[in-house]
Amino acid sequence: MGIKVIKEKCTGCGICFKVCQYGAITMAEKVHTLENGKEVKRLAVIDLGKCTLCSECVKPCPTSAIELKAEAHKFEGKENYKDVMVFAEQRRDEFEEAAFELVGKGRELADKLGVNLYALILGKDLKGKGEKLISYGADKVIAISDDSLFNFLPEPYTNILIRIIKKYKPSIFLAPSTTQGRALLSRAAGKIYTGLTADCTGLDVDSSGNLLQTRPAFGGSIKARILTPNMRPQMATVRPKVFKPLDRDPNRKGEIIEEKVPADLLKSTTKFEKWIEDTTSAISIEDADIIISGGRGLGCSDNFKILFELAEILGGAVGASRPTVDEGWIPYSHQVGQTGKTVGPKMYIAVGISGAIQHLEGMRSSDFIIAINKDPDAPIFKVADVGIVGDLFEVVPLLKEKLKRAING
Amino acid sequence: MKIIVCIKQVPDPEHAKMDAKSGTVVREGVELMINPFDLYAVEEGLRLKEKMRGEVVAISMGPPQAEEALREVIGMGVDQCILLTSRDFAGADTWATSYTLAKACQKIGDYDVIICGKQAIDGDTAQVGPGIAAQLGIPQITFVRKIDEISEKNIKAERLVEGGYEVISSPLPILITVVKEINEPRLPTLKGRLNAKKAEIAHWGPEEIAADKDKIGINGSPTKVDEIFTPDLSKDGKIFNIEQLDAAAEEIVKKQKEMGLI
Repeated sequence: MGIKVIKEKCTGCGICFKVCQYGAITMAEKVHTLENGKEVKRLAVIDLGKCTLCSECVKPCPTSAIELKAEAHKFEGKENYKDVMVFAEQRRDEFEEAAFELVGKGRELADKLGVNLYALILGKDLKGKGEKLISYGADKVIAISDDSLFNFLPEPYTNILIRIIKKYKPSIFLAPSTTQGRALLSRAAGKIYTGLTADCTGLDVDSSGNLLQTRPAFGGSIKARILTPNMRPQMATVRPKVFKPLDRDPNRKGEIIEEKVPADLLKSTTKFEKWIEDTTSAISIEDADIIISGGRGLGCSDNFKILFELAEILGGAVGASRPTVDEGWIPYSHQVGQTGKTVGPKMYIAVGISGAIQHLEGMRSSDFIIAINKDPDAPIFKVADVGIVGDLFEVVPLLKEKLKRAING
Repeated sequence: MKIIVCIKQVPDPEHAKMDAKSGTVVREGVELMINPFDLYAVEEGLRLKEKMRGEVVAISMGPPQAEEALREVIGMGVDQCILLTSRDFAGADTWATSYTLAKACQKIGDYDVIICGKQAIDGDTAQVGPGIAAQLGIPQITFVRKIDEISEKNIKAERLVEGGYEVISSPLPILITVVKEINEPRLPTLKGRLNAKKAEIAHWGPEEIAADKDKIGINGSPTKVDEIFTPDLSKDGKIFNIEQLDAAAEEIVKKQKEMGLI
């Protein structure tokens, strides 16, 4: 284990020095005499007291002079883990769209590997749901129903997940990166001792059956490809709305397996008391295809109504920048950005938001970005596909009318 | 009541700027800060202590320079800090991190509430909190926005989830992760700053927490970083002014149709 600079290869170019986020690399400027007698003037030196072995410097090195080694794990019976399994997530007994997205992606991976695609579903009333998952691409559906599974509780859900994984031995296990999926898979991976990669936006498999998991980090400013080379199953949570469900085929054949679980697995220390719906908007920012976000430029709390009106016409949700939440203009559940929510809708409309890096990191992965701001130099325009320079109080009402006409006509 | 708060030192995004040409994020100098969500965790820990009496212990895993982060929270009023630091801990993924922090919690012992921020802003995984709960075999309540009730034996809290809130109750001990909405973190006091200067911060390595060497750091991590790349995020966006709104609207509607949004 460890990291080192291979002095014979280092050209002193300083690229590693620039990429290190922890200030662990310095460029030593003096004459170094190497073992082979060669003299170099500039050399990268890693301060092991600061280095976190994050590996970010390894790839950018043009001469492969940085070496990072880790010992491989031993995992018995890896070859017995074959299939692909996805968690068909429900909220209060209703499917989330992400369930079908994962079935679609899982289908593709299973076909590449030549294995079965399982979908796992937990809930109270599962009538007709297995058939639906099959029609979207699952080969086999494992269904576990119990009244106590209506609401998500981490302990029983984790107990069941682990039991199913031990019995069916999937090589790959996917769940959406929702509050439920993250809480569930982190707990399960913690107990099983296997790798879990969060919030993947790209998934593929290589010829040896490794899952290639691509995910954004540092708010999307870098992307990392992560592997779980030795442990099984390879677990990942997947960002909703990135992958599209397959077209539904009602004639598709599959098998529904109703699994019974012992009562003690259903026990939970935590108790579900109550569900309180957020009534401030019809659709939450995590679920929306279009988000219209407001910033300080709105000036006051009341002006958010302009955005709610636009959201209604477009069928979107209303987001907000941090200052507006800190001012108390809109509840925290609407906050987009580093200390709020990371979102990636199809369309993101930023209104009166200048574009601080913390905000950009929370929305930059949106497919299409529209910015409305009176300052032509606002950083938000650098990430925008369409920018409108002007006073939002003039632009938004006019734009709203034009969009209304275009949509209706 | 014994409260353990887990904190992480992360690169400060304020020192990152976007390069207009390449669209990539460029970091200028290296400044580290406490993960913002962890400050809410510290504040909530202090509030619980003020209500219930007891002590708040903050722990962090990181290189020796992470001691700075711990000193900062002593300034806020944390009673005791422990830095988990060793070359053997380096390169840990979320599994190995959870394992290491859980081992430290076990060594501290007799905890009632363990508090983490909902996620760290560098990795954005939200996996370490539940991972610690799994290792310790205690219940978890993630994404807490409000503690409704707390006693020596029980807790009732609200989770912020998609589309609303869930009210969950549980006996102690418990691990919770908190979101920003839960409180407004206090600033360090002058007295606190003086305490922070003088405070002795214990350093624990794998031996002190009786960690299995095969389960820590890069060797103990089931996931491996295969490759890191910087996506080119530069955009050749179209800029319109108020006289060109028709064209802008046309552009937007065209895109909506393309994306199947209307």
